[in-house]
Amino acid sequence: MNDSVNIKVAGFGGQGVMMFGQMLAYAATEEELFALWVPSYGPETRGGTANCSVIVAKKPINSPVFQKADRLVAFNLPSLEKFRDKVEKNGIVLYNSSLIKEPGAISASTVLAVPANDVALSLGNIQVANMVMLGAFLEVTGMFLPATVEHILQKLLGERKAHLMPINLAAIAAGRDLVKNGASSHA
Amino acid sequence: MANKVLMKGNEAIALAAVKGGVEAYFGYPITPQNEVSEYLSKYMFEQGRVFLQAESEVAAINMVYGAAASGKRVMTSSSSPGIALKQEGISYLAGSELPAVIVSVMRGGPGLGGIQPSQADYYQATRGGGNGDYHTIVFAPESIQETVDVMKEAFDVADYYRNPVMVLVDGLIGQMMEAVDFNRPVTKRFLPPKDWAAGGMNGHSGRNTICSLYLDPYELEAHNLKLQKKYQAAIQNETKFELVNMEDPDYVIVAYGTMARVVRSAIEILTKKKLNVGMIRPISVWPFPKAPFKAINRNCKGILVCEMSLGQMLDDVRIMNNGALPVGFFGRAGGIVPEPEEVVDAILHFEQRRVD
Amino acid sequence: MDIKYQKSKGLTDKPLSYCPGCTHGIIHKLVAESLEELGLLDRTVGVASVGCSVFSYEFFNCDMIQCPHGRAAAVATGIKRTHPDGIVFTYQGDGDLASIGIAETIHAANRGENITIIFVNNAVYGMTGGQMAPTSLIGQKTTTSPMGRDAHMHGNPIHIAEMFSQIDGVAYLERCSVFNLRQVRNAKAAIKKAFTYQKEGRGFTMVELLSTCPVNWGKTPQDALKWVEEDMTKVFPLKVFKDAGVETHE
Repeated sequence: MNDSVNIKVAGFGGQGVMMFGQMLAYAATEEELFALWVPSYGPETRGGTANCSVIVAKKPINSPVFQKADRLVAFNLPSLEKFRDKVEKNGIVLYNSSLIKEPGAISASTVLAVPANDVALSLGNIQVANMVMLGAFLEVTGMFLPATVEHILQKLLGERKAHLMPINLAAIAAGRDLVKNGASSHA
Repeated sequence: MANKVLMKGNEAIALAAVKGGVEAYFGYPITPQNEVSEYLSKYMFEQGRVFLQAESEVAAINMVYGAAASGKRVMTSSSSPGIALKQEGISYLAGSELPAVIVSVMRGGPGLGGIQPSQADYYQATRGGGNGDYHTIVFAPESIQETVDVMKEAFDVADYYRNPVMVLVDGLIGQMMEAVDFNRPVTKRFLPPKDWAAGGMNGHSGRNTICSLYLDPYELEAHNLKLQKKYQAAIQNETKFELVNMEDPDYVIVAYGTMARVVRSAIEILTKKKLNVGMIRPISVWPFPKAPFKAINRNCKGILVCEMSLGQMLDDVRIMNNGALPVGFFGRAGGIVPEPEEVVDAILHFEQRRVD
Repeated sequence: MDIKYQKSKGLTDKPLSYCPGCTHGIIHKLVAESLEELGLLDRTVGVASVGCSVFSYEFFNCDMIQCPHGRAAAVATGIKRTHPDGIVFTYQGDGDLASIGIAETIHAANRGENITIIFVNNAVYGMTGGQMAPTSLIGQKTTTSPMGRDAHMHGNPIHIAEMFSQIDGVAYLERCSVFNLRQVRNAKAAIKKAFTYQKEGRGFTMVELLSTCPVNWGKTPQDALKWVEEDMTKVFPLKVFKDAGVETHE
């Protein structure tokens, strides 16, 4: 991992954008890295577009805001539109190809089309689309140990939602498989 | 980092207050600080302590006044327009010499403004809108860790001086998540018993009264002089700041809170450009640090004040600089958190930023 | 020597600052005697408001907290919530309670805060020199309604007891006066009942007392008492508006 990685996660409110970002921050903290999670907040998170920034670093984090992201995860077209020009040239972009049929030109060196909604539906629950995306993200970036992510997921779901653990893990695994099997990408 | 937990700033503020021994909380909903109330509503109930959602910010600060006057550790939290409504109460707390902690999570203004992070309430915090010759001791931390450390200490500082203490952060610190250690040690202070409190005569000998009314001008002047003595002691003992890269800098940046973190990143970029830039970071904004300004080398080319406002702390820097060095200003308003590159640009074009 | 009468232990030795003929003094005495007789003085905290009674913190012989204008019920809430075994009362005038402080008072009542409010209504702003109050009567001349209060221009006198009788958290609410001996005795009973209810933890209690302001009304003390009896009570009838203790026996 680089000394510091700037990540932007964006989508509709309700797509699990905030949880996606928080899982990265929790995982980083558990692996004794520095992490900072900044949400967009206010009325826009209810139904409109929601986004969060995560910085993961090997040393203390200074600025909580950054000009360009090293990693962008876009769950819908408005999010991709909003942040497509704010990605580093050698960055990685993952977009939800179930909802974004025509992504247009993206200048980042690695672009992955992840059919997150379709895979989630095939697993039987649209709500795990964010975990499909997370699996793909973890696989392509190589960030965090699988055991760390599993542990964080367990903590976040808690006892009340413990029964959802298997489907979430299956979604993460499916996301990883998409990358291993060469999800459509270009360099 | 084994002792650290990842936590949202507002929730960390709430838990730090609990660790700081808060006995009662009174508040009213306002974005972006609602998580403070939400967290405490559950926690205080479980601990058998007092949590009450008041009917307004005005009522909340007066509930704080009642609890403080009767001897309890008490706090409230709010954001810009809500803090405006609390100003009357803060003046009364200062006038009646009552300890309380007020958390201000700043958003953009004026008026209803917006809900994004801002530092446009520096005047509100350090000058205050309440009446009279009074001061609120104000700490303005830059990270969740520092916010937690300051919160825990704020109750002791308030009790020590019998004066309201404000913890001033912007909405970003309230809303973001960072790892934090709640067990860092707090400076121990000698805190005398609250034998002045009016919580019923069975709690002390004689009869206690709390008031800020002195109709005799000589008595009121004497009361004011007594308050000033306390403020002088606070200036002596509570001034807090951090110096970054201050050995022979070409330029000095002055920034606090979130803005200071952006400046740290800007300084890293400027260092790569072979420009030596230092930072004075006030942690207490009242009392405002004086000594580091006297220590700036005279061949320094200028002081750049950076704020998430259009120039409020700038006044204090001008007072401390007293015309010695050129002063420039960079600020964004309305809830925009500037990027480090904007600060870099302001230093590179310092002459265009000059306001002296 | 046989002592026939002595000042209540609930009052300090400080001479009262009220004008001649003002009935604040009688009401102070009734509150002080009630607290003394119920044995509550050493666990009572009183809240002084802003107005003529601002100095009540010097007169009541218990812990006293003077507070911002209108905020007495909020301050009392802060004290009571942190001292649930204490007895907390506010002493407020009509400008303080019925105008600037009505929100705090209504919400304290609605929460059923276990406090007692002594509401002294003399239909005028006394301390500031006789301006129109929310409780001034129609036609009443004040320094800010020199032609007399006009309903179209200024609204009608606000009926606090009537309003508060609609609020669930109120345990006891009575409007009394002190314009003759019988009324004084009745007022004392009401105040004592309110404190008793608070002691028993029954909820919010308020006694509204029609009081005089001879100086600002431009009346002699006798005429002022007569005005309360004949004019004020027509607008503000004296009665028990709510009594949780009685209702439970019905």
